[in-house]
Amino acid sequence: MAEGAAVKKKQKVNVPFDYDKYLRKGKLPHIWCPGCGHGIVLKSLLRAIDKVGLDKSSICMASGIGCSSRTPGYVDFNTLHSLHGRAIAFATGVKLAKPEMNILVTIGDGDALAIGGNHFIHACRRNIDMTVIIYSNAIYGMTGGQVSPTTPEGAMSTTSPHGNMEPAFDACAVAEASGASFVARSTAYHMQELEKVLTAAIEHKGMSVVEVLDSCPVYYGRQNKYKSASHMMEEIEKKGTVSGAQAKNLSEEEIGDRFVRGILKQDKDGVEYCDAYDNLIAKVQVKK
Amino acid sequence: MSAALKQKKVGLTGNSAVAYAMMQIDPDVVPAYPITPSTTIIEEFSSYHADGKVTGELITVESEHSAMSASVGAAAAGARVMTATSAQGLALMWEVLYIASGMRLPIIMPIVNRALSAPINIHCDHSDSMGARDSGWIQLYAETVQEAYDNTIMAVRIAEESDVLLPIMSCQDGFITSHAIECLELIEDKDVKDFVGEYVPKDTLLDVDNPVTMGAMALPEFYMEFKRDQSNAMTRAKDAVSKISAEFAETFGREYGLFESYKLDDADVAIVVLSSAAGTTKVAIDKLRAEGKKVGLLRPRLYRPWPHAEIAEALKNVKVVCVLDRADSMNDFGGPLFGDVRSALFDLDTAPKVFGRIFGLGGRDYKVVDAEGVIGELYKVLETGKIEQLNRYITI
Ligand SMILES: Cc1ncc(C[n+]2csc(CCOP(=O)(O)OP(=O)(O)O)c2C)c(N)n1
Ligand code: SF4
Repeated sequence: MAEGAAVKKKQKVNVPFDYDKYLRKGKLPHIWCPGCGHGIVLKSLLRAIDKVGLDKSSICMASGIGCSSRTPGYVDFNTLHSLHGRAIAFATGVKLAKPEMNILVTIGDGDALAIGGNHFIHACRRNIDMTVIIYSNAIYGMTGGQVSPTTPEGAMSTTSPHGNMEPAFDACAVAEASGASFVARSTAYHMQELEKVLTAAIEHKGMSVVEVLDSCPVYYGRQNKYKSASHMMEEIEKKGTVSGAQAKNLSEEEIGDRFVRGILKQDKDGVEYCDAYDNLIAKVQVKK
Repeated sequence: MSAALKQKKVGLTGNSAVAYAMMQIDPDVVPAYPITPSTTIIEEFSSYHADGKVTGELITVESEHSAMSASVGAAAAGARVMTATSAQGLALMWEVLYIASGMRLPIIMPIVNRALSAPINIHCDHSDSMGARDSGWIQLYAETVQEAYDNTIMAVRIAEESDVLLPIMSCQDGFITSHAIECLELIEDKDVKDFVGEYVPKDTLLDVDNPVTMGAMALPEFYMEFKRDQSNAMTRAKDAVSKISAEFAETFGREYGLFESYKLDDADVAIVVLSSAAGTTKVAIDKLRAEGKKVGLLRPRLYRPWPHAEIAEALKNVKVVCVLDRADSMNDFGGPLFGDVRSALFDLDTAPKVFGRIFGLGGRDYKVVDAEGVIGELYKVLETGKIEQLNRYITI
């Protein structure tokens, strides 16, 4: 009854997009802190799924462990909350058992590039059909703000109180070099662009990697002296990036250490892993 | 006993106390990866590191598998190594745990006990370290913050004892102990340094005058000899624990044995339980003692190696024993502690009746009333002579 009333009220104010139809409303409110970028990524993702027109029951969303990995708990799809680092490996199993499923993997930068780095590069190499969305906040959010492989050199974290001494990974460069056929980057600040990029990623057949720069104001922000969540978005996501179109007219020096956004690689001719498997079976059976 | 050395009283959480002990020990290398609820041990240690309070190296690696692998590498090169973990982190170290013990590397690892997934849970039970009970690591379990602190310091000596040389886990209960502030006495830095001493490794890599190979292949003609040596070292570890606990008591005034006995001397019935749940159980025991019930408790501190003969001796006059496990072996025969206690008592001429209860999984509260319930069951068996259910879950 209360739910019905809420829906009616929403119809009155004419909500332009009905997120509710994709959410497990009983699981809300979510655990994310005020100002966390993860919720914006989820919203963009739901809009992208809607745009592509995926049937809810055809989707399997897998995750590891982390704040970002809580995403599957809130969505009304088939969901698999796995182990820290193992989401892509679990998802690979799902895809092989049910190749017709649309696989989405929502994981943190730590999950994808540290503890699960091995699975990440090998899934890219195989070009297996799934969309991996990395919520890249340059920190281990869930465990209290420790250094991650995407923490910039010199940045503070609870385990690098004098500044991170290790160089950071560029997630997109790793994905490209490892063989993913679709690689893109966007941010939580550029919500409309993010929606477009995610739509293209889901539509692409093969391994699609989308790195989304978003913010953890609670740990990364506080330790690195950002005044607020919006200050972080302004500095890191807006000023710290350039669009692909802008980048075309800029020299490497002018781009500097800013990240380039947009679709960075799309290879439509690469053979997808499940197809390669079918091809092999067909070939071997003909020989017999 | 000589006059105990000066110590200062403070209030700290279990994790802060262990981090403090690590700072005082100042290991040469600490490879680490964060996981709840052990994270703050490493976090606080990294602050000591950043503040220049320790001289060793801290490396924040990319997983626990890497943390234990780097620990093995550093220990093989002759370093004193510490790391800390919980639950999935320990599970991910599994493969490497056996390398550490098989290579006889005295790595010291505080464990903050937490339930294993699935389902995902971050709260206390012992399924993590119990799963590693046969990995060749010595295991100590602490009831209080003070004991977690003291065990961390003693662990260094036990592991490095020249006729032992085995890695050691020093366990405390996740959140219940690790995140609760208790009053404890901290030993002076210098006295900790004197107690743990300098680590002089027996064989190391990088010793060009005496080059060695570690982890080499040993096929059927040698493998068993290696394992027998390791097994014998584990047997000797029990004496090392007794010896070093005695020295610790002599120096610092706090006495610990292989296990704690509480009101056991004249007890008709007894509970055996590890770690923090013993505190709750003692409250129930005091209450029922006041009503004239002869109840006691035995809390193993050393679980690997298993002091079976000493435990059998301590329980030989008890008529009924209930073993409380905070982990299930999933074998239709109770938890791991149940199996070990029951087996230790088997050779007694008049062995007590023993039953097991699984409690407190995934952080489920174990309250004084639960302990009272167990004591009620013990008395029922004492009166009827019959165990109606050998094993079952309680606190459910
Ligand atoms: C094997 C294992 N080790 C450690 C952990 C503890 N852990 C949980 S989440 C996490 C890091 C999360 O960081 P990230 O993947 O970047 O996601 P975020 O929380 O920032 O979204 C860690 C270390 C774990 N769950 N399992
Ligand atoms: S800790 Fe950081 S990443 Fe996690 S929910 Fe809060 S703001 Fe987001």
